[in-house]
Amino acid sequence: MDKTIRRDHWHKTRRMTAWLLLLWVVTTFCAAFFARELTGLSVFGWPLSFYLAAQGASLVYLAIIGCYAWRMRRLDRQARADAAAASARRPAGARP
Amino acid sequence: MKEPRSFANKLGRYYLLFTAGFGGFLLSLTLLEQEGMPRIWIGYLFMFATIVLYAILGVLSRTSNVLEYYVAGRRVPAVFNGMATAADWISAASFISLAGGLYLHGFDGLAYIMGWTGGYVLVALLIAPYLRKFCQYTIPDFLAMRYGGANGEDNAAGRVVRIMAVLATIIVSFTYVTAQIYAVGLITSRFTGVDFSVGIFLGLASILVCSFLGGMRAITWTQVAQYIIILVAFLLPAIWMSVKLSDNPIPQVAYGKLLPKLSAREAVLQQDPKEAEVRAIFQQRANEYQAKLDALPASWETGRRDAQRKLDNIKTRNGSLLDLRSAERALIAYPKNAEIAASEWAEAHAYNLARAKPITPHAEPYAGDAQTSDIKRNNFVALVFCMMLGTAALPHILMRAYTTPSVHDTRVSVFWTLFFILLIYLTIPAMAVLVKYDIYTALVGSDFNHLPGWVSYWTNVDKLTPLFSINDVNRDGVVQLAEITIDADVLVLAAPEIAGLPYVVSGLVAAGGLAAALSTADGLLLAISNALSHDIYYKIVDRNASTQKRVTISKLLLLGVAFIAAYAASQRPGDIISLVGAAFSLAGSTLFPALVLGVFWKRANHQGAVAGMIAGFAVCLYYMLHANPVLGGSTTGQWFHIAPTSAGIFGVPAGLLVMIVVSLLTPPQDSQTSALVDYIRAPEK
Repeated sequence: MDKTIRRDHWHKTRRMTAWLLLLWVVTTFCAAFFARELTGLSVFGWPLSFYLAAQGASLVYLAIIGCYAWRMRRLDRQARADAAAASARRPAGARP
Repeated sequence: MKEPRSFANKLGRYYLLFTAGFGGFLLSLTLLEQEGMPRIWIGYLFMFATIVLYAILGVLSRTSNVLEYYVAGRRVPAVFNGMATAADWISAASFISLAGGLYLHGFDGLAYIMGWTGGYVLVALLIAPYLRKFCQYTIPDFLAMRYGGANGEDNAAGRVVRIMAVLATIIVSFTYVTAQIYAVGLITSRFTGVDFSVGIFLGLASILVCSFLGGMRAITWTQVAQYIIILVAFLLPAIWMSVKLSDNPIPQVAYGKLLPKLSAREAVLQQDPKEAEVRAIFQQRANEYQAKLDALPASWETGRRDAQRKLDNIKTRNGSLLDLRSAERALIAYPKNAEIAASEWAEAHAYNLARAKPITPHAEPYAGDAQTSDIKRNNFVALVFCMMLGTAALPHILMRAYTTPSVHDTRVSVFWTLFFILLIYLTIPAMAVLVKYDIYTALVGSDFNHLPGWVSYWTNVDKLTPLFSINDVNRDGVVQLAEITIDADVLVLAAPEIAGLPYVVSGLVAAGGLAAALSTADGLLLAISNALSHDIYYKIVDRNASTQKRVTISKLLLLGVAFIAAYAASQRPGDIISLVGAAFSLAGSTLFPALVLGVFWKRANHQGAVAGMIAGFAVCLYYMLHANPVLGGSTTGQWFHIAPTSAGIFGVPAGLLVMIVVSLLTPPQDSQTSALVDYIRAPEK
């Protein structure tokens, strides 16, 4: 696979990983650190802090992993398609 | 692409058939119970039927092929790999103790739910797909190749990293597996009445038949079956209770309605004068112990004299035999000297003081005054991150990444893993609230002469360390909340009876707990024996060993490790839960920095990895020894009041920092390593 395609793919992967990790940290830290402040609010009967720690955060984690798997498949496919296009172009250009 | 699809379909059919068969088994046992089959036989049937089932699955998938033995042929479909990893993950502690822990600690116990699920984000994003792309057999394989430099497989640098990674794998997995085997012994002995050590070796036999014959392949297919049993066993009582208490068959949704009711009930009980009376009695007892402690050693002398005098009094006035016996027993049980008295009374003081405490509201985070509340919050955050980082570095979970057909399947399989774990983990807090509500409303306030049957059963199960106790402390004939103590381990096992379900369901729950412990033990034992046979024997001792020989060596080592672990468990090591917590912290501190930087930072080199692993391990171990009173430290040695279980919160940053600094101070690795990292990062062809 071409070097530039690979570098491009890795940059995108890294950026997405960073964003998703940020979401992970924010979810975890906010749910845990500000639990006392969130008790006053309530969702479906639960105090918000209890809901987040017992269900909400875990569901966010599941969504993060799902989103990552889905997006990575698209990135991988894109890189493979680019590589195929590049190798198709090269032999054609090499011939006089 | 067609072949794997049909393989997955075939598997799906097999496991549907299996589930139906299991349902039939449950149904027929229910009928048998109604016909009057004794309880103990139901216990026996469940234990033996499930153990025989695992053995059969093990025999069916026996193998001597290296690829099959180490990584299940790399053809496990993502969904099934997810199920197997979930069973691998859900240990005896999650299944049996976690709901009980939430019952006792309320909100503060939820750190485990968050930590043990959030760790999979790290597994999915940072580690698992890259390991699969690397496409070898074990975790030390990856670290040795990445940090070994040119021909990292063979040179001294690679060997050093490999041996360190193997040591970390063994230390972490061994503490963890001992806890699982201990739980196996506990469950089998409680439900079949056999001796504790016999129970351990029964469980061991079934672990061995499975992993001994077929390695990863047998384990994977057995774990899928075990997951199904775990799921049914956990959900059935929860659904039943949920219908009974709130007319809603989905416990995860239903307990949202119950939680405010529970809080209201807690408030009522908190104001109840009878509750206050019981708590005052405990407070008074605690004060008496405190007074005795303050007056040592004179109080020990007078106490002994009093006990002797009481006995003499009864003898001289010809008291009843009953009084005589109790006075004699009191004298015999009296502490032998002042030192023993000091420790016994301090323990009794703490116990009574704890029982004199007011109710902690279930939904309130970090209850207490401003300072304790802040300390609790910081500990919660630390514990959550520690459990997450530990999860992302547990070798028996990570080696699962190697077993899927492709990198994409690995990513999807982590998704399924968390999905299947959440089916259980979202039910655990619901279970805790349901049982708590039932006990607070139905048991509290009832008459001592009309206690439900399960109360007397569970108070008599373990005489030495009562799992459940209830005493009429203020002698008013009515049950007060403060008169009940309940152990974290008993909640899930007793839940079916508390909910009024037939005994078959209790047997099912025990079988589920057994499945949870066995599946985790299987995975851990395989991780240990693979590290020894593949990484030590094949890669370091004998590079020319035939594949046949490698598998045979691995099987023999597995046998050896299993017996050592069973021996360790049969010694009943104290405080086993804190050992498991320690395993998480050690795993995170030692392996996590090297694994993640190995992929994401090309500049990370051999020296950095070695220094980082040593530093992480050392800081973590130092803090645990320094701050844990059980291990010879003291609580005054704690940094920022962080509990020693969360030592990883210092160990991981220390490991990362040292690794980065040392890597930058030493020359970068050669172009071969750089090419390896590029290869790992690149998408699959």
